[in-house]
Amino acid sequence: MSWFLVERVLFLFGRVEQEVKMSFTRREVLKGIAFCVSLFAVVLTACSYLSCAKKSEEIRIGEFGSLTGTTATFGISTKNGIDLAIEEINTAGGLEGKLFKVIVEDDQGRPEEAATAVRKLIEQDRVIAVLGEVASSRTLAGAPFCQNAGVPMITPSSTNPKVTEVGDFVFRVCFIDPFQGKVAALFAYDSLGARKAAILRDIKNDYSVGLAEFFATTLVSRGGKIVGDESYSEGDIDFRAQLTSIKAKSPDVIFVPGYYTEVGLVARQARELGIKAPLLGGDGWVSDRLIEIGGAALNGCYFTNHYWEGDPDPAVQSFVSAYKKRFGGNPDALAALAYDAAKLLVVSLKTLSSEDPGAFKTLVGNPTARTEKLREEALAKLRDILAVTRDFPGVTGSINIDEKRNAVKPAIFLKIENGEYKYIGKVLP
Amino acid sequence: MQEFLQQLVNGITWGSIYALIALGYTMVYGILRLINFAHGDVYMVGAFVAYFAARLVGAPGPVSPIAAVLVLLIAMGSCALLGVGIERGAYKPLRKSPRLTALITAIGVSLLLENLGIIVFGPDPKFFPQIVTPRQMELIPGVLVGRHQIVILAVSILLMLLLQLVVLRTKIGKAMRAVSFNRQAASLMGISTDNVITFTFAVGSALAAAAGVLVGLSNPKIDPLMGIMPGIKAFVAAVLGGIGNIPGAMIGGLIMGVAEVMVVGYVSSTFRDAIAFALLIVILLVKPTGLLGTGMAEKV
Amino acid sequence: MKNLVLVLAVTVVLVFLNFLIPTLINPYIFQILILCGINVILAVSLNLINGFTGQFSIGHAGFMAIGGYTCAAITFYLGPHVANKAASMGLSATIVGTSFFVLSLVAGGLASAIAGFLVGLPSLRLRGDYLAIVTLGFGEIIRVVILNVNAVGGARGFADIPRYTNFFWVSFFAFVTIVVVRNLTSSTHGRAFLSVREDEIAAEALGINTTRYKVLAFVIGAFFAGVAGGLFGHYLMYLHTNSFTFMKSFEVVIMVVLGGMGSITGSVIAAGLLTVLPEALRPVKEFRMVIYASLLIFLMIARPQGLFGMRELSLQTFRSLPFRMGKKEQKGPEKTRDGTRFQKRRGTKVRAPKRLDHS
Repeated sequence: MSWFLVERVLFLFGRVEQEVKMSFTRREVLKGIAFCVSLFAVVLTACSYLSCAKKSEEIRIGEFGSLTGTTATFGISTKNGIDLAIEEINTAGGLEGKLFKVIVEDDQGRPEEAATAVRKLIEQDRVIAVLGEVASSRTLAGAPFCQNAGVPMITPSSTNPKVTEVGDFVFRVCFIDPFQGKVAALFAYDSLGARKAAILRDIKNDYSVGLAEFFATTLVSRGGKIVGDESYSEGDIDFRAQLTSIKAKSPDVIFVPGYYTEVGLVARQARELGIKAPLLGGDGWVSDRLIEIGGAALNGCYFTNHYWEGDPDPAVQSFVSAYKKRFGGNPDALAALAYDAAKLLVVSLKTLSSEDPGAFKTLVGNPTARTEKLREEALAKLRDILAVTRDFPGVTGSINIDEKRNAVKPAIFLKIENGEYKYIGKVLP
Repeated sequence: MQEFLQQLVNGITWGSIYALIALGYTMVYGILRLINFAHGDVYMVGAFVAYFAARLVGAPGPVSPIAAVLVLLIAMGSCALLGVGIERGAYKPLRKSPRLTALITAIGVSLLLENLGIIVFGPDPKFFPQIVTPRQMELIPGVLVGRHQIVILAVSILLMLLLQLVVLRTKIGKAMRAVSFNRQAASLMGISTDNVITFTFAVGSALAAAAGVLVGLSNPKIDPLMGIMPGIKAFVAAVLGGIGNIPGAMIGGLIMGVAEVMVVGYVSSTFRDAIAFALLIVILLVKPTGLLGTGMAEKV
Repeated sequence: MKNLVLVLAVTVVLVFLNFLIPTLINPYIFQILILCGINVILAVSLNLINGFTGQFSIGHAGFMAIGGYTCAAITFYLGPHVANKAASMGLSATIVGTSFFVLSLVAGGLASAIAGFLVGLPSLRLRGDYLAIVTLGFGEIIRVVILNVNAVGGARGFADIPRYTNFFWVSFFAFVTIVVVRNLTSSTHGRAFLSVREDEIAAEALGINTTRYKVLAFVIGAFFAGVAGGLFGHYLMYLHTNSFTFMKSFEVVIMVVLGGMGSITGSVIAAGLLTVLPEALRPVKEFRMVIYASLLIFLMIARPQGLFGMRELSLQTFRSLPFRMGKKEQKGPEKTRDGTRFQKRRGTKVRAPKRLDHS
């Protein structure tokens, strides 16, 4: 092997002729097969061995998110939020003396990987609950498996209404797109006085598409008009073509329900093209980076959010400072929602342990054949507790889970002024 | 009318970027008959190197024009080295191999650069510092042209003219043309094909880096996966103009940019990426050699 | 007759395995086997186009997408009607459901086959590199078009697809794919494919209708990719175009290249390996793609023919094993007098190339 590498290096300097063998003997074939089979076997054994090394006295929670790929920042923010929450709980002694362990799986931003990750968490790691994901498309890929296995799933930030429709084991701690789109439209019409609006949506993003639809429906029913409807793809960096077309229609406000990565550039280019109308957006705008990318172009723009890091509420502030200390940088809404989701799960487990200590015990450590049935019942009880959550004090507001397993929460409106976020108001559902 | 002119300005700006990247593709293809899939990622690396270089010279904050040019040169230089490294490491061992092998290797290098970029630079997009302060100018009422759009156009034209100069008037340029015509005959004439190929890669990569820097100026969001789509579109532009043909690449790039912007502005923005491929399929069906390309009879 | 018996026997074995394996290994690993099976179908079908016919197609994910969405649309929209009809006729729900599923898989495959025909047509005029880009382009266009069809979910994705895929169906179709491709390639058609790959002009000169065979390769390859897509959709119960990007196409290409272009055994084994590898690499998930890419480059430089080259593993190999064990290996570069293994100067020895150079 080392000879081979030396040969390679020397070849680079033109000292060696390459001879590529184009045929090989039976012996090589057999060696190859033996190699593959043993590799296969080793890998499979390694997999099962690695996952067998489990501690027996811990409570396992699963998490899946896009830690790599184009939306890696969302997955990492979410992971940070959950890690912070669990660390706080573990430092305080865990629950009934049992510590929590979070098993994180990366789905690379792809739905089929999300499904595989969730299956692994449920079937191999035997987690008692799954937290995830941000993007509704990946949550939708993983949710059916949680539902079928009877494992509660809490999504911190997926806003597609379809997610919780998968089944009664799927919950969310954020508001849903119909609500968000509606309040945005009402804000535009009532507070901003907009009668003509243009929409610039991210066609590859179901969140963006959904939000835009709800906005449009509400605005039109209120009496407004949608004068321009353009789209872009996640990852695009040039929107001048669409903006030029929108400019020609002179809208009063432009609704840009996309992610901050594109919104910053959209704002810049809109101002460069001479568009004076304010931009309005949703919670996808939320990020440390938004102002950095958008700069002064974002002044005078509005967006809805789950929470606001300048909120003087002490609970929010202590979360913000703890996050800053642990990870550096301000927590975005995704981290805050993830934090709330994790805390909600723990609080529900606490309720379970006080109502039914026996059931709670079955959720700790490795399930055995004996405890399998009891475990299923315990998880069902956990689901029931989650379903009646009332006034849970989250950093993203007071969380009430409704009968559709969605969180009924207020939307916060923020305005960007002089490079800072200014709190405009709260809209209650 | 104003809208049309504005769209035209947008299109030409983008077209010059595509042209710069397409030049690298076309030169490499002309010499090696290889589609260098990794070229789009060299463009990305150029943008990132410039990002770090700009921070070194004092951005974000006012930056003198000399420092800005220095940033551009640093980016171009390092990508030239990167291009040479890729060629030596990955493509040279495969010069005698079937073209498909080299093509697959190119895909591998592209994936490698992208994922190394994600690991080294982080997956989140970075904000490219404004080393050219943006200012809008109204040439014709209603049509706004940004200062950086003018910079893009000026730099692109300058670089393309330089390239034409090198290719048509210098010895190395003559050697490049000879090698792309017939590699074996050129080496028989005493031309060191290895050196020429290295030079070609260096120049192509430097141009891609310049494109990356210019894009960073006007669309200041850079991330490790930014090179994929522009890379493919620039390749389509090169094919459109006639692959292997340098003026063809420039024209192809411009047409590509304008077509894309026009389709997005007037038809539908959902098909922005698809337009590139649709154009490609049309041109390959109608005139496979491209607009300026000459057909080469295949010898039996 | 012998073939029919063989097919029935294999079917029975697969049904048996379908119920046996879950009891032996944990369900998560069992699901990996299903993914392996789907990848086997994809790899073998792509091998027909890339390996045997030499048409470099990197848009396979597009065919998979068409098949997957068509199949899912049929089961989602027509499924309930058929179920009602069957219930009113008193037929067993599972049997009707499963047969309807198989029919919709075939329908998905046919839709992909039509797409394959449309993609294969331009291939007539294009050589290797251009064809690669055009197929890539088709893959992207298909994806963008599907993204805009709201009836199948569009950007939201297509949810609530019924769960029909299980180990049996996946392995059965994998078996069918392998058998079809194997039979095709060891027939006269197979020779025609190979001749198109080796030297198209010569093949044309010998009277082989290269057009017909190129398009045929695309059509059959696309058909099976469509079937794989349908199985995929009914396994995941959710379809989104993000699963069918050119990354997916590249992954299938890597499988074919790793296994050896022109070797069915190679594709099967490489598909299995490359399905399991990401799972094994979970601990180093950030480096997964870097490892993949480096592997690809290394493979191309060190062993471009892949694991199996163009050879197959057949019963004959195993049968003749005892007789081949003693055979000595072919020697590489000779040892020079001072024991070093490589030549000291560039090109001192003029060697006759083992294969004719197609430059």
